This record gives sequence, structure tokens and C-alpha cells, in this order.
Amino acid sequence: MSPTQNAPASLYRTTEGLGVWEHRGKVAAVGIGHSPTARRWDERVESSIGSWAIIALRNAMEDAGVSPDQVDGLVIVPAATTGDLWAPGNPLPEDFAKTYEPTDNINDGISSMSAEWILKNMPELSNVQFTMHARTCMSDAVVVAAQAVGDGLTKTCLVLKTWNNLSGRYGHDAGSNALDDAPGNSQWTNPWGWGAAAITFAYLFDQYCRKYDKNHDMMAPFVVNEKRNGLLFPEGFWAQHRPEPLTVEDYLAARWIAKPANLFDCDLPIQIAVAYLFTTADRAKDMKQPPAYILNHASDRTKVKSSVQTLDECEQATDSIGRKLYEGAGITASDLSFENMYDGYTLFHQFHIEGLRYAGIERGEALDLYQTDISIEGPNPVSPSGGNAGSGRTRTWMHTDCIQQLQGRAGARQIKKKAEIGVSGGPTTTGGNFTVWSATPD
Amino acid sequence: MERPTPIPNDLSAPFWNACNEGRLVVQRCKSCNRMQYPPENVCFDCDSASGLEWHEVSGRGTINGYVVVHDSRLRMWVPQQPYNVAVIHIEEDHTINFFSNLPGTKADQVPVGSKVQVEFVETQSGQKIPEWQIVS
Repeated sequence: MSPTQNAPASLYRTTEGLGVWEHRGKVAAVGIGHSPTARRWDERVESSIGSWAIIALRNAMEDAGVSPDQVDGLVIVPAATTGDLWAPGNPLPEDFAKTYEPTDNINDGISSMSAEWILKNMPELSNVQFTMHARTCMSDAVVVAAQAVGDGLTKTCLVLKTWNNLSGRYGHDAGSNALDDAPGNSQWTNPWGWGAAAITFAYLFDQYCRKYDKNHDMMAPFVVNEKRNGLLFPEGFWAQHRPEPLTVEDYLAARWIAKPANLFDCDLPIQIAVAYLFTTADRAKDMKQPPAYILNHASDRTKVKSSVQTLDECEQATDSIGRKLYEGAGITASDLSFENMYDGYTLFHQFHIEGLRYAGIERGEALDLYQTDISIEGPNPVSPSGGNAGSGRTRTWMHTDCIQQLQGRAGARQIKKKAEIGVSGGPTTTGGNFTVWSATPD
Repeated sequence: MERPTPIPNDLSAPFWNACNEGRLVVQRCKSCNRMQYPPENVCFDCDSASGLEWHEVSGRGTINGYVVVHDSRLRMWVPQQPYNVAVIHIEEDHTINFFSNLPGTKADQVPVGSKVQVEFVETQSGQKIPEWQIVS
């Protein structure tokens, strides 16, 4: 096989006016596979993202009732790091080097993940003919795999995203952030101290509150609900390791990171691997789990005009995503049973759901919606996955939850109303990839 | 106050040189007349690569909003915490925004909507950078 290529721009639906997606209802997710979670890698081979990727992929095949030799495609996000890469010159842990076949990239299996590494170390995937790399996160891999299956490039495709978390604080005192000077792009930010978790979205949220007369306290019901839902996610970090509920008082008392973003507006970096099994709607009918059909995917390639995205740019971008998703899926906002738009950082979730006009809201009304019943039991479930805030930084819970809700196996998180159509995607308002899911293909 | 010093490159050198001369400049496209900052190799709107010129602006602007950084990722800024980073829209084009620490303004006491005027402050290498002072 030739080296795996990055997904070409032609695979993404980035503009309005494309009409109904040509593969609407003809592609489905069937299997889900999660690895264990950890706060950081402990440098044991068993808990490397390489080992956990293999676990996740095998779990996804087992979940779907598919044997490895039936898989003919693999879509992977090679970027796996939440923090540092494995330091150059730092020898690999001996057990890891003995256990796995390396590729040309020393980070493979530890802080990055290529299709080549998987195929070298999972010989049971003997019939994979199609491989492709997606950028950034699972939201990207999901739309690439959906389009690839729809286009007939692969019929039974594994989709994988891994996250490693080595030592150190994410982005702190590393790279240009540790320097006395500001080279490259940092010359436009670092001289003024523009560098903190959530800072861009804290600024946008500040703009939002001024425009619509809202305040940070109004975020509390949403963030508390995120944590509640996350603790109902047995695959999640918090549910597995620190099942601590969050109260409104906890949220309001949390320390500021970049005011108006506080500690609980930020997500916790963790180590994990997650895989899905995608296939055609025809094949999905015979598999072990019910299909979660894909009605459409759409992507945002917004360019920020100046130093930081403005609220106007943010609202234009997220409005456009809503229109693209509905147009390609052939649905309207009122067809959504639930939404799982990205939340890591919590302060931009409202931009996404206002762009969708979810639950009938208009611009400036999401925080009002948060003051109503947004629980999984209520009429307008908001982020039943709990997102990154509820289960740790993966950018993946939202997709797993959509599939599980529509399959009727979200367990304690199953929404009370009938789960018919959901939407997931992200990451931010400055670019992302989004998917509409359905319990039926029509 | 010590802060990271910008390192000019081929694209940005005219901007930083102008700062050292006490002038605030942004790129302007000769084809579509759009201004842009930070500088890019092509026009943001029309992709023209050959028609970009440096254009001096008034240095007047408005505070559009701000954040207060309590947990900076930037090593040199940690001792300054908490500190303001305001976003300034320039008078000539409200889609162009600059960062500012608003020297002399207490943390979280930023008068959003106030008019500001650019000034140029020297970093430890001698390179000057644009900062902004409240004028009304």
C-alpha cells in the first residue's frame, strides 16, 4: 500500500447550496469501541495510546459483530497529542520498543498515531485496502469516513482517534510560550500576553454577554448538567476515576483562568482511544447493533480576519453551519431530538446551538434555554453526552452519545423523549466538522 | 515590565520598523482596498498577492472588549497576573483588531467602549510595539 494521504478538500462539504447530501441515509455507524481512560500516560506499554488504539479498534469490531478480515478501510487522526510529543532523543520505554513494530515516526503509538502503525501492529486487519488521515479530531475523521463509505472507497471502515497526555500542563511554558522573544505567529500575540486556556472564547463570551445582556453565572446550569451527564457515561474519565458531582456553587466559586472563563469552563486533558465502525446502510442491517444512519455532514473553514475572531464572525460561521447541516440532511431545526455540539470550552457551546436554532432559540437566547429543563429527562436535552466537560478532553463523547442514543443503548443517559435525529461536531467556531445522525435512513 | 519581544520576519519587518518610527501601519490591498492585520502574503478577500501595500492609520480606536488573564501559558507573563488583554478596533476599520494591556488600567477595570490612542512602548530588545492609552 502507498503511504496514507491526508483527506483531500474535496471530501468535505464546506459551502452552502450543495443540496441534499448524495449519500443521505446510505452510511451508518454500527460499532463503538472505547479504551480505558487515564489522566496521563504512566509509561507502561499496556497503557500507551498504541495499546489502547488496538483495544478500541477490537472493541468496535466486536461491538458491531464484524471480524477483522471484513474490514477494508481505516480512517485515523494522526495527531494524538494533548500536550507534549515524546521528547527528541528520549529513548522509548523498553517494553514498548519490544512489543510493537515501529514506523519511521518515533512518536507513533505514543504521541501520534498513523494508519501504518496500526496495520503493522494489527496483522488481523489483513484486508484493509483504503486508509486515510483526517486532521485535528474525531469530528473530522467521522465526516471523512462517512464520505469515503458513501463514495464506495471503503465498505466497512474503522474510524480511530487517540489522545495522549504526557507530563506537563497543556501549552504551559512550552514552545514559544516559554521564550523571551516572540517568533513566527507568536509575534502577534505573546507581546501582549494573549496566551491562556479558553482566551479566545472568553473574549467572544465577553462580547456575547455585552450584546445580549447575559452573564457568566447563567452558564452554571449548563456546566452542572454537563458533569451530571458525564458521570452517567461509564466510558468517561470522571465516571471512572473521580465521580464527583459539580454544583452551581462549585462552578460559581471556581478560580478564573482567563476571566470570564473559569476552571470548569475548561476541559481536563486525558489519555484515551476511541474507535467506530462505519459501513453502508445495506450492510449495517445485518450487523450486531442497530445502525445510526448519517443524514449529512458539513464543515466550516472560516478564516478569521484579524487578531481574534469577532462575535459577528463567530455568529456568521455558526449560522452557516446550521444552514449547511439542515440543507444537506433535508431537515429543519424542529426535527432534532437532541444536540451534541462541542463544549470544550463550555463558553462556545451556545454559539453552536444558536447557529442550529436548537429548541427554537434565536441569537442571544441559549443562556435563557440553560435556565430551563435541559436535562436528559426534559423536552430539550442539551448535550446529553456531557461532552468534554463531563468526561474529559476527547472531542469524541458527542459522537459516541449520538450513536448510542439513536441505537437506544445510551443506558442511564438515554434521553426520555424518543431519540430520532441528533447532531454532533466541532471543535470551535473558527473551523470544524459536523454530522447529522438518525435512527432511520429516511 | 519585561514581555516577549517580537522577532520580525520578511513579512512583518515593515510593520515593526514603522513601530520603531512611531507609526502604526497595516496592509492594504490595491485591488479591493481592504485593510488587514496581522500581515499576510495575500489579500484576505481577493487573494491578490502583488497588490498589498503598507498604509498608515490614525492610531485611534475603541476598546471592544477584554479578558483578564489569571493563568497564563506564557512564562514571561505569569508574574504580571492578573492582567488585562483588551481588544482594540481601529477607527478606520472595525474588523481590524489589536491587542492591548492598557497600561495604567487596573485589572478588570477596563472601560469598554472608550476611545483609545496608540502609543509605542519599548521592549527589552529595543523593539517598539503598539500599546493603547484611554483618551475618553
